[in-house]
Amino acid sequence: MGSTSAHTNEGLGRRDVIKRSAALGLIAVPTMSFLSACASSDSGTDEKVEKGTKSAKNPLGVNETAPLEVVIFNGGFGEQYAIDAEKKYNEAFPKAPKVKHTATEKIQSTLQPRFNGGTPPDLIDNSGAEQMDMGVLVGKKQLLDLTPLLDAPSYDDPAKKVRDTLRPGIVEMGQFDGDPVWIMYYAYTVYGVWYSQTALEKLDAAYPETWDDMLALCAKAKRKGIAGWTYPGKYPYYIPFSLYPFIGKIGGREVLDKIDNLEPNAWKDPAVKAAFEAYYELQQKGYILKGTPGLTHIQSQTEWTKGNALFIPNGSWVENEAAPTTPEDFKMMVGAPSSLDSSDKLPYGTIWASGGEPFVVPAKAKNPEGAMEQLRIMLSEESSKNFTQSVKSLSAFNGGTDGLALSTAMQSGVDVLERAGENVVNPRLQDWYVKLQKEQIGNAGLGEMMAGRATPAETIKKIQAFADAAAKDQSIKHYKHQ
Amino acid sequence: MQHGKYRFIAGFLVVPLALYAVFVIWPFVQSIYYSFTDWTGLSPDFEMVGFDNYSKMLQDDIFWKSLQHSVLLVLLLPLVTLGLALFFAFMLNVGGRRRKGAAVTGVRGSSFYKIAYFFPQVLSIVIVALLFQFAFNPTSGMLNSTLKAIGAGSLQSDWLGDPDLALYCVMVVLIWSTVGFFVVLFSAGMASIPKDFYEAALLDGASRITTFFRITLPLLWDTVQSGWVYMGILALGVEAFTAVQVMTVGPGGPDYSTSVLPLYVYQTAFRDAQAGYATTIGVGLLIVTMLFAAVVMRLGRRERLEF
Repeated sequence: MGSTSAHTNEGLGRRDVIKRSAALGLIAVPTMSFLSACASSDSGTDEKVEKGTKSAKNPLGVNETAPLEVVIFNGGFGEQYAIDAEKKYNEAFPKAPKVKHTATEKIQSTLQPRFNGGTPPDLIDNSGAEQMDMGVLVGKKQLLDLTPLLDAPSYDDPAKKVRDTLRPGIVEMGQFDGDPVWIMYYAYTVYGVWYSQTALEKLDAAYPETWDDMLALCAKAKRKGIAGWTYPGKYPYYIPFSLYPFIGKIGGREVLDKIDNLEPNAWKDPAVKAAFEAYYELQQKGYILKGTPGLTHIQSQTEWTKGNALFIPNGSWVENEAAPTTPEDFKMMVGAPSSLDSSDKLPYGTIWASGGEPFVVPAKAKNPEGAMEQLRIMLSEESSKNFTQSVKSLSAFNGGTDGLALSTAMQSGVDVLERAGENVVNPRLQDWYVKLQKEQIGNAGLGEMMAGRATPAETIKKIQAFADAAAKDQSIKHYKHQ
Repeated sequence: MQHGKYRFIAGFLVVPLALYAVFVIWPFVQSIYYSFTDWTGLSPDFEMVGFDNYSKMLQDDIFWKSLQHSVLLVLLLPLVTLGLALFFAFMLNVGGRRRKGAAVTGVRGSSFYKIAYFFPQVLSIVIVALLFQFAFNPTSGMLNSTLKAIGAGSLQSDWLGDPDLALYCVMVVLIWSTVGFFVVLFSAGMASIPKDFYEAALLDGASRITTFFRITLPLLWDTVQSGWVYMGILALGVEAFTAVQVMTVGPGGPDYSTSVLPLYVYQTAFRDAQAGYATTIGVGLLIVTMLFAAVVMRLGRRERLEF
C-alpha cells in the first residue's frame, strides 16, 4: 500500500483526478440537458403540396398523388379504427402513396420536436396523458381552421354538409375564440354516475332519481357491507364527471359557464355549495369505500366491478377499460345526476356529454386537404359504425348505431342522451385549463374534500383562489363561452 | 511538477471534456437562456421576458412546496440509507462472532444476505414503484391486509392517499431500492481494510461498536463521502422523480404533499406547455444541487489516512 495522497510534491494522485472529475460529473443534473434537448430551431420550410382539382368526388380538392401522414394516440381506443379509415383513403386516391401511420401513447414527446422544427404531420389525434395543451397550440397559431371540412358535403349524403351530420356541441367544442373551428372531436363521451343494474336489483332498488333516494340506497347498501360510492382517489379529477352536471342541474347552465369563464366568485354560487355539501355528506356518513383516496382509476373500477361499491363517477370509456374485470351479468349502466330537490333549475336527466379524441391539423401540415379528407372519411356512417363496434364508444357522427347490437352500457348511453334531449351540459375547464382542472380543483380541492380532510366551505374558498389566480395569470390564454 | 498539473490532466481528458462541454455545459447555458423567455415548447416563436419567470417562481407556492420536499429528501435519504448500509455492511463483513481461524468474519449466512440486499438494485425503479403501489393499495394491498391479519386493523391507513404519510411512503421505497447498492459498495471498501487492524483492536479488547467507529468508519470515509453525493443526486433527481411520478396521487400527492422539484419541472414543461418557466425551475434545481454538493464536499474534508 503506497501513498495515494496528493499533498506530496510527487505530482498528481490518481484518486485526486478521479474524485474531482466525479464531483464535476455528478453535479450535472440531467433535467437541464433534457429540457433544452427539445430546444427550438428555426422554422421549417412552409412548403405545402399543390392542391388538386375539386370535384363532386373530391370536394376538398385533395392532391391525388400527395403523401399523407397521420399520428394516432394509441390508448383506450387503440389504432385499428384509424387504420381502417386510412385504407379507405388509399382506395379513394389510388395514386397516393400508402398513408404513413404512426401510433403512440406519448403524443407530446413524439411531436414536440416536430412542432418546434416546423415539420408536423398532417393529422394528429391529440389525446392521452401527454396531450399537447390545446390552448397553447391555438394561441400560438399552430393549428388550421377546419371550417372547409365542416362546410364540405358529407361522405354519405352530398346534399348535407358535414357539420349537419354531427352530434350537438361537437362544432362548438372545437371553437376557442370566435368562428374558426380548430379541433374535430371524433369520439362522443357520456359522463355520469356509472352503476351495475344487477347490483341494484340485488338490493331491490332502481337507480335513485333523487338525492334522498340516493342516501337511502347507500344506507341500505352499507347495512349489507357494500359501499355506496368509490372514485379514483389518485386522480380525483374524475369526481367532476358526475359533480359538474349535478351543479349544472341544480343551478342551471349559467353557473357552469361562469365557472368556465373564470368569473370572480363563480364558485361561490349556492348551487356549487349545495352540490359540494351533498357529496361531502356521502363521505361523512361513511358511504365511500374505505381506502378510496389511495386507489388508481383501474383499482377503483376493479372494486366497483367486484361489487364492493355501487356507484362511480366516470365516462363511457370505462366499459372498454374495465372489461377485463367485469363479470358477465354485470349489466353496466350510466345514470344522470340525481335531483337534489324540486327547486333544481334543470329537470332530471341533465347529463354531461361531449366530444373526446381531439383531432387537429397543424397549420404547417404539408397536406392539409388530405388530412381533412381523412377526417371526412372517418365521419362517414360506415367508419363511425366500425368505430362504435370495435371500441364501444359513440362517435361524433350523429347516428351510426342503428342495427348494431349494443351492450347495456352503450345502450344506456344512447338512452340517457335521448332522455336529456336539450339538457346536455358541457363544462370546458378540462379542455381550457388542464392544470386548474386536474391538479388544483381535482387534486388539491375535491380530492381533499372527498377524503374528509376539508369541508365544502374550505374547499370552495380554496378552489375560488385557484380560479382567481388562473384568471390573473397572463402566461395562459383565457377563453370565454360564446 | 505542480505548475503544469492541470494542463497535464486536461491534455489527457480532452475528448471527454469536449463531450462534456457539448452535452452538459452547453445545454446548461441554453437552459439559462430559455429561462428568460416565454417559450411554450410547442412552437418555435418566443420572446424575451426578462426576469418575469424568476419573480413568478419566487411567488409560486407549489415551487416552494416542491423545494421543501426535495430538501427534505436530500437531508433524510442519504442519512438513513447510508446509515443502514454501513450497519449491514459491517455486520456482513466484520460483525460476526469470532470463529476458529479468522479474526474477522461476517454474521452467519452473510453471503446469502449480500445477494438479498443487492436484489432490488437489479429492478428498475419504475418496477419497484409499481410493486410498492400495489403494496400500498388501501383496499387490497399487502400492507393493510397484513395489519388486518395480525389484528392491528386500527393502524390501517390510506398510505399514499394521506398527505401526512405519502412522502414518507415514497422515502421508504427509495431507501429499500437503493440501500443494497451501498451495502455492496461499503463491503468492497471494508474488504480493503487490512485484517491486522482488527486483530490488534480485538487483542486490546475493543467491542464491535468501538471497532466500527474507531477503525471501519474512518478508513471508509472517502467511500462514504462519494456515496453521500451520489445518494443526494438520486434524492434530488431522477429516482425521486420516478417514484413520485409512478406512485403518488395526482402525481404530486394529495394536496401537493409529494411534489418534488424535478416533477414540477416535468409537469410545467410537458403538461402546462410552459417550457420557459420550466427551465427557470430547472435553474432553481441546479442551484440546490450545487449547494448540496458544495456542502458535502466542504463538511466531508478530513485528514487523509494512509495505510
